Amino acid sequence: MKRFAIFGILLGLLSGCSGNWGWYVVDPTTEGGMNNLRFMLTGAYYTILLSVTAIIASVIVGLLVALPGLSQKKSWRAVNRVYVEVVRAVPILVLILWVYYGLPTLTGITLSVFWAGVFALALSDSAFQAEIFRAGIQSISKGQYEAAKSISLNYRDTMRYVILPQAIRRILPALGNQLVYMLKMSSLVSVIGMQELTRKANELVVSEYRPLEIYTILVLEYLALILIVSAGVRWLERRMNATEV
Amino acid sequence: MPGDQPIIQIKNISKYFDDFQALKNVSLDVGLGERVVVCGPSGSGKSTLIRCINRLEAHEAGEIIVDGVTLTDSREALDKIRGNVGMVFQQFNLFPHLTVLDNLTLGPKRVLRLSQAEAEVRAMKYLERVQIPDQAQKYPRQLSGGQQQRVAIARSLCMEPRILLFDEPTSALDPEMIAEVLEVMTELASTGMTMVVVTHEMGFARKVADKMVFMDKGEIVETGSPEQFFTAPTSQRCRTFLDQILNH
Repeated sequence: MKRFAIFGILLGLLSGCSGNWGWYVVDPTTEGGMNNLRFMLTGAYYTILLSVTAIIASVIVGLLVALPGLSQKKSWRAVNRVYVEVVRAVPILVLILWVYYGLPTLTGITLSVFWAGVFALALSDSAFQAEIFRAGIQSISKGQYEAAKSISLNYRDTMRYVILPQAIRRILPALGNQLVYMLKMSSLVSVIGMQELTRKANELVVSEYRPLEIYTILVLEYLALILIVSAGVRWLERRMNATEV
Repeated sequence: MPGDQPIIQIKNISKYFDDFQALKNVSLDVGLGERVVVCGPSGSGKSTLIRCINRLEAHEAGEIIVDGVTLTDSREALDKIRGNVGMVFQQFNLFPHLTVLDNLTLGPKRVLRLSQAEAEVRAMKYLERVQIPDQAQKYPRQLSGGQQQRVAIARSLCMEPRILLFDEPTSALDPEMIAEVLEVMTELASTGMTMVVVTHEMGFARKVADKMVFMDKGEIVETGSPEQFFTAPTSQRCRTFLDQILNH
């Protein structure tokens, strides 16, 4: 709360310091300003939906890619390495363009802007998730696997009930990081026309010619979203650690 | 008479860690209901030997037969053997994110397909056996080392194995907690459980062992009854070891 107050004061000071600022475009006390604000805020829906869908997909894919990376077999580990190295090497913006404009030519399937965005973001992020999961799982001691073996648990149950619950606690801060990262990267999907926060701001700038004010609001929108996410992740960390004493 | 029909047959097994030979042509029979104590200096291969029995380590040559099943990498053989063989570790290896009760019910529920209620009844029965039923809702970290090891023993018992392996069960414990764990193990021995115990606790060995095994440098140097082993060891290496461990 304190943080929001500080930014509010900062904003007030900035607006007062020069006649070139035109806060009227986003002034909630005027009808036009209020409409503009409302227009910008509606983008939050797609920013959140896109990021959350993509992060869920990337966590699942990341875990599935991490598991062969832990195998004793070289060929399985190679699958993991190739995936991580190749996917990690493609810039997200390039991947978005490739998936939206290139992939339909290759496969004949046209993805909507939303699903193309989800696909590109999730794909890109999954390589990082895979590395996070691999590190987290590898940090669990050998004794845990041996204890699981000694009570005859199979591989799936060992992962599900013994290893992953412990690994996820340890990688929670890193997963939080990726979620923040995803929220920010979702702004890139604006280039293919996704009606999320950044796209809305761009459209407003074109009609209002007040980039400074509108983009400042955009920055604050992302800031607010990410502070909420950070607080959520920290709450989750506390809750999960509480059971470990 | 215990020892009539071997439930564990170890025949000429060898095991290498890279260039180091941890086990050299080791053979050992353990009879049903027999209590075998394995001792020897560190690095002698005694832990490796018992870890081979439930294939936490794979042997490279020779054969291990547990209750008629030859130990291989096949899922079927492993499931049969691990179902029969429980293990207690030096470092307890309890699952830290689960309560004591959940540590105990996990195997029975997932492997033996017991219901939650059945698994809990069984867990409480064995927690009472190791004398800590009041700790069921706690997490492992909230318990002392001795209590944790007793939970680990109860976790093994919940799978109702015919054989229990103990890999230096008291070596990670503070001295004042060793007695409570040994007491539980002694009580278990009196019920006829087949036990193979790697330990330096010679008082325990003298009290419960049917057979003593002394290992050094990857070989079984001497086996014998406790009386013979402690009073008249035949090999010089064994005499030296007993001198060091009994007269410190």
